Amino acid sequence: MSSVALTHDAVSHGHEDAHHEHHHHETFISKYVFSMDHKMIAKQFLVTGIIWAIIGGFFSVIFRLQLGYPESTFPWLEDILGHWAKGGKLHPEFYYALVTMHGTVLVFFVLTAGLSGTFANFLIPLQIGARDMASPLLNCLSYWFFFLASVVMISSLFVQTGPASGGWTVYPPLSALGDASLGSKIGMDLWLVGMALFIVSQLLAGLNYITTILNMRTKGMSMTRLPLTVWALFFTAVLGVLSFPVLLSGAVLLLFDRNLGTSFFLSDIIVAGKILPNEGGSAILFQHLFWFLGHPEVYIILLPAMGMASEILSVNSRKPIFGYMAMVGSMFAILILAFLVWAHHMFVTGLNPFLGSVFVLLTLLIAVPSAIKVFNWLTTLWRGNIRFTPAMLFAIGFVSLFISGGLTGIFLGNSSLDIHLHDTYFVIAHFHIVMGVASFFGMFAGVYHWYPKMFGTYLNTTLAYIHFWATIVGAYLIFWPMHYEGLAGMPRRYYDYSNWESFKMFGGLNEFISLVAMIVFAVQLLFVFNFFYSMFKGRKVTTKNPWDANTLEWTTPIHPGHGNWPGEIPEVHRWAYDYAKDGRDFIPQDVPVSDDESKHH
Amino acid sequence: MNTIMLDNRRNKIHPHKFTLWVGIGSILMMFAGLTSAYIVKRNMANWESFPLPSAFWYSTAVIAASSATLWLALKSFRLREMGKYRTMMLMTMILGIVFIGLQVWGFMELIQAKLALGVKGSVDFLYVIVGLHGAHVVGGIIVLIVMSLKAFNTKVRNYNGVPVELISTYWHFVGILWIYLLIFLVMIR
Repeated sequence: MSSVALTHDAVSHGHEDAHHEHHHHETFISKYVFSMDHKMIAKQFLVTGIIWAIIGGFFSVIFRLQLGYPESTFPWLEDILGHWAKGGKLHPEFYYALVTMHGTVLVFFVLTAGLSGTFANFLIPLQIGARDMASPLLNCLSYWFFFLASVVMISSLFVQTGPASGGWTVYPPLSALGDASLGSKIGMDLWLVGMALFIVSQLLAGLNYITTILNMRTKGMSMTRLPLTVWALFFTAVLGVLSFPVLLSGAVLLLFDRNLGTSFFLSDIIVAGKILPNEGGSAILFQHLFWFLGHPEVYIILLPAMGMASEILSVNSRKPIFGYMAMVGSMFAILILAFLVWAHHMFVTGLNPFLGSVFVLLTLLIAVPSAIKVFNWLTTLWRGNIRFTPAMLFAIGFVSLFISGGLTGIFLGNSSLDIHLHDTYFVIAHFHIVMGVASFFGMFAGVYHWYPKMFGTYLNTTLAYIHFWATIVGAYLIFWPMHYEGLAGMPRRYYDYSNWESFKMFGGLNEFISLVAMIVFAVQLLFVFNFFYSMFKGRKVTTKNPWDANTLEWTTPIHPGHGNWPGEIPEVHRWAYDYAKDGRDFIPQDVPVSDDESKHH
Repeated sequence: MNTIMLDNRRNKIHPHKFTLWVGIGSILMMFAGLTSAYIVKRNMANWESFPLPSAFWYSTAVIAASSATLWLALKSFRLREMGKYRTMMLMTMILGIVFIGLQVWGFMELIQAKLALGVKGSVDFLYVIVGLHGAHVVGGIIVLIVMSLKAFNTKVRNYNGVPVELISTYWHFVGILWIYLLIFLVMIR
């Protein structure tokens, strides 16, 4: 599989430090399309991620229309969706397809590839002091596998029977039987093939990130001097490399069940009056395989955001990060626990209650490293000389959302409470706040903070402030009320709640949520405009280190070429968080320790 | 084209080798997923035992032999005995292809025993596990073919030992993985 591509000839430049200054002339294709420069690949991931985010976000606007206004018709929907919205009313089958694709796209294509794909590629070599990734070729392949996966996933939107519609978790039997629903037909096959390609992309990327961090650090950059972003991206890559293959094996078995008549996940099922020949399979087996990836996946999404928030909070508080080693240790604890809690998604599958109680304990243990991190972020802010840049606001917003969403995780982690809350809007509220929106905030923080390094221009600050305030207020207005709906027992994934006496009272609330969702979506388009406009017309960056930060990426030229540093790679003499030390505002990592400097911070 | 910039690296493992080891860890996780699913199913009431095709025993001998020839190839490369290196690379490649042939033959034995795909849940696992292992061997064979072709190109002198070491590690890995899987399947049926 992946290892095939590893054996290309390696040309080692052991001593050529300045060779990239006379780099061979690059064509449009080699510079922008099949680029091997990690910075360009990062931008490719980011732009693809943004396009996916618009698509995935738009899906949610459409199904929120249905949920907020179940009685109304919208003729313009028929213009864009055709027979999926006959007479301007969303078809129930397509509603499920939209929910499924919204989840798939946002979880995998935006918050995995778009987030860690962008920032691991961009920041790892720049912050550890390497000229590029360990294998630029694998890196380039990783993007193009992602691109292929995107093409396959997009194409499933245009097939006659529509895309996959059994939820982003694609549980069998719905996903294993072509006759089970419209979305279980070709759309489901495309989903599986798209995800297989996506997994290959993530594995190639992860191998590269791990090797680069462990092998390619510049002189003096010991592991304990790494910025927390790099630590976070490192743990993210380890999680991905160990958990995605398990999902791949689940997907392969599912493909066999669908197309080759096997019964891994199927047994004794009656579909449309016919008894199927399958016997002996277990649908729960798939859930185990899926959630063994699925749970680490939420940390694959969250850890990069944590790392970037830590860095940005420290830089803009003009204070060292509080508890550096505790931060690394708690991320490590999260990495280990991530693999030991998957069955908390399966409390109501008939799981042995004793086993359930073990998973409850392990799940609640995650509160410990999470609380350590929150404590450290807050103490980093404490009495800091805070600069409220847009990146800083988003980083603080991230901490806020992580707290609000994390607390409801303690509710859901209890198996007895989960019996009531499972598959209700409470769950939706929980994971959207703690994983979805929080990681988006981490991503926005990262984009606002490193945009000057990426494009040599600043994003417009006024638009950024509008973006931040509308998004944080909007996110809480959308997801906070959902807790009440969930506590009242309102189940997720229903097409129309107005037929239930018990949920009629939420009609107005649902309309309100939908209205806010549309406004927030519109504000995100403002960000997209800002992103692309500022690339060309934004205020130019005139100084190498616009945020007065310590990390190595700010020692490169304003427009770094392939190879990042024109001369020698700087040597590192200190950790990344020497802010406000000995009366100096900041001391970059490449500044040698002077004799009169105090030993500890 | 694919230049790695190795400034400031002292006595560290070559990054491509390290990448391969992480990749091996990743491949192991995939088989860990499959074999644990297998164990879970094995412990269900309706499990049916099945015979292992005899071809799998022959293929085990073949892949062990191919590991030995590749070991000799690497040794000859280091001693710059290029003639022997070429022969051994070619041998390894041929043995690899024979291995795949034997695995396919094993599948055909199963089909003749009326155990085609989709008949018995337990045998279906055999197809998937052996098939996915085979896919990894095919990947190795493709690399071996490319490297044998390069080895027979006498115009270019090749002093870079990293590719040979990489394919050696990978090939021994898929060999050991196969022996592990076979023992696993013999023990737990």
